[in-house]
Amino acid sequence: MAAGLSAHENGVKDILLIERDRYLGGILNQCIHTGFGINYFKEALTGPEYAGRFIEKVKNVPDIEVSLKSIAVKLTSDRTVTFLKPGRLETVKAKAVIMATGCREKTREMVHIQGSRPAGIFSAGGAQKLINIEGLLPGKEVVIVGSGDIGLIMARRFVMEGAKVSAIIEIQKETRGLLRNMVQCVEDFEIPVYFNHKISRIFGDSRVEKVSVIKVDDNLNEIPGSLFEINCDTILMSVGLIPENELIDMAGVRIEGTRTSVPGIFVCGNSFKIYDIVDAVTEDSFLAGKLAANYITNQ
Amino acid sequence: MKIYDVAIIGAGVTGTSIARELARYKLDVALLEKEEEPAFGVSKSNSGIIHPGIQNSPGSIKGRLCVQGNLLIRSLSKELNIDFKESGELIVAFNEEETRELLRLKKEAEILGVPGLKIVDKTWLRQNEPNLNTGVVTALYAPTAGIISPYRLVYGLAENAVRNGVEIFTETKVEDIIYSKPNFEIFSSKGLFRSMYVINSAGLFADEISKMLGVDYFRIRPRKGEEFILDKKKENMVHHLILPLPSKTSKGVLIIKTSDGNPMIGPTAEDIEDKEDLSTSDSGFNKVLFSARRLIPSINDKDIIAYFAGLRPVAGDDFIIKHEDKAPGFINVAGIQSPGLTASPAIALLVTNILKDNDLVLKKKFIFHAHRKKTIHLFQSPLLKAKKLIRKDPSYGDIVCRCEMVSAKEIRDAVKRGAKTMDGVKFRTRAQAGRCHGSFCTARIMKILAEERKIPITSVTKRGKGSEVIKEGRFCFPAPKA
Repeated sequence: MAAGLSAHENGVKDILLIERDRYLGGILNQCIHTGFGINYFKEALTGPEYAGRFIEKVKNVPDIEVSLKSIAVKLTSDRTVTFLKPGRLETVKAKAVIMATGCREKTREMVHIQGSRPAGIFSAGGAQKLINIEGLLPGKEVVIVGSGDIGLIMARRFVMEGAKVSAIIEIQKETRGLLRNMVQCVEDFEIPVYFNHKISRIFGDSRVEKVSVIKVDDNLNEIPGSLFEINCDTILMSVGLIPENELIDMAGVRIEGTRTSVPGIFVCGNSFKIYDIVDAVTEDSFLAGKLAANYITNQ
Repeated sequence: MKIYDVAIIGAGVTGTSIARELARYKLDVALLEKEEEPAFGVSKSNSGIIHPGIQNSPGSIKGRLCVQGNLLIRSLSKELNIDFKESGELIVAFNEEETRELLRLKKEAEILGVPGLKIVDKTWLRQNEPNLNTGVVTALYAPTAGIISPYRLVYGLAENAVRNGVEIFTETKVEDIIYSKPNFEIFSSKGLFRSMYVINSAGLFADEISKMLGVDYFRIRPRKGEEFILDKKKENMVHHLILPLPSKTSKGVLIIKTSDGNPMIGPTAEDIEDKEDLSTSDSGFNKVLFSARRLIPSINDKDIIAYFAGLRPVAGDDFIIKHEDKAPGFINVAGIQSPGLTASPAIALLVTNILKDNDLVLKKKFIFHAHRKKTIHLFQSPLLKAKKLIRKDPSYGDIVCRCEMVSAKEIRDAVKRGAKTMDGVKFRTRAQAGRCHGSFCTARIMKILAEERKIPITSVTKRGKGSEVIKEGRFCFPAPKA
């Protein structure tokens, strides 16, 4: 939305915003905690509020056409985008394309945790969606792997929903998340955090039953004799984010320097690189919108 | 109470193949499965390779059935409308000694009747497999090797068997069997079944079933194999199945281009005790990665998006497929490990003949519906085809699983065809099987399952009772619309 608004402010008159979900705002909609917009709006908003302000702005710009429930499936280096939506498959050619596809969470598979593969293993963001959007509580006794911001925020969220968060297990010696989240989500709720520890195995046939945890040294080597177990029915993975730019890869376009190897194709926000806060994502997207507008003007 | 002509225990690829073959005849056939859906045992972790028949000793049952099955699977996959790709395989040699070993394998395989074998050289390999280790000097090329989706084969067989009158009972665990003249009485978690003949295709538990009738000359030992799946981005990493020279216990770690495009590396081969142990390990991972890189050095562990372990049901070196004279009417189909999937259509024919030899009257049905309607997979459709599909049914354009491009329509169809669980949906459609591992689509799939099956969303399971995905609904019942 920010990229579209910025492109419009810089003179672009015909903008199509392709969104795969049924509403604008992306992941902000499931982030019902506050802290969004402190830099940009100078106040602490919730995720949906922050998204809401941009949705209002977009609504007021008739030059921005919004296509919801639309998933882009193909991008080519001549700036052609193909997308699907219920009832339609469309191909559009643009003077400039901005990719603002966000990121996804690393999975248990990517950090190679040994053991079984029962029900009850979620990404922190996946669990956030189940609770905040769907009204479903994934589990009652939770162990969180990794101390990324979403994991920390979900630790508090689970406690508030009446579940027990038995531990946050972080392989590094300090948190990967923001200090404010450590204080407000973990320390204030007295949730045990194990730094320099990792999950060594997941147990459970049908549903998660327990995990074994082992201490590691600063070089991540396991320390013999330090193994212990924690009972739980749920494991949340919060071990990092990956920019989602499969379409860019498929188009043979490389992300470089500020944007991409192909003139007229731009990347912004978390699909460009992982940012800590939404205000920084917004700023980056404003820049991408401006770059795209300048590119079109100079053609 | 109904007396079935034949009861088959176990709805893996062996049991469903036999059921579908018997469905041609005027017989009452019951297929009993302890899990919530077919293919949830040994078959779910099958790699989907249709072996050409190399690496089996010339005198073995499995050698003969593998070569025969490799032929039969072609017409079967056409009838059931399941994609079969004849990709061909390469067994590679790193030096002259290994090349001599390839020649020996070739000779043995030719005795079994494996067609089209030839030794290819470095130039051929460079042209046809550019990513292969440059240290490979020759390879044995078997053009008839291929690949199929093991789940789609089992579900195709099961659906077609049901269409032709077979009754499938899931969540039906056989607890005891006795012979009570003139029929068998099978006591299960879902009650009593009576049947004139019993076929034991219970995979890992075939020894326990056999023991119930006093036939206990074999034991099933699980041999674990860990497999690792790469991102679809790496689809063109290899064009053939790539195998090293086999060891005594297994065919070694291979590079497999699966039927869905994702390359897969593995498996390990480790004899274990616990028949339920499907855990994966760091050592398995390291071993597979090391061995796979010996074949394709450019494999990046960052491209591994999923892994799993399966158990091969091993009962000695060969398959056990025979009528047990000690318990007349009882047929063991046990120890069906590799190449069991390839052999399955041939096993079905063999078992049918064994039944006939033991006085089961086989009369062909007047009408046998051999063909099954093709299931549609958007990810396999070119864009033009996708456009047509979406025009025909708008919900083909409603994408639920973004990583693997699975639409709401495909998921609803899968549930209508019999998927009851999240894994059942995954195996049939690939939704949740991609790089995000269901992080984005789990909620939506749960809602579709709940809606189509008319069950509360809290009852949706990963793979049967006890594996409920969530613990509690919080605010609203029934679930909001999917």
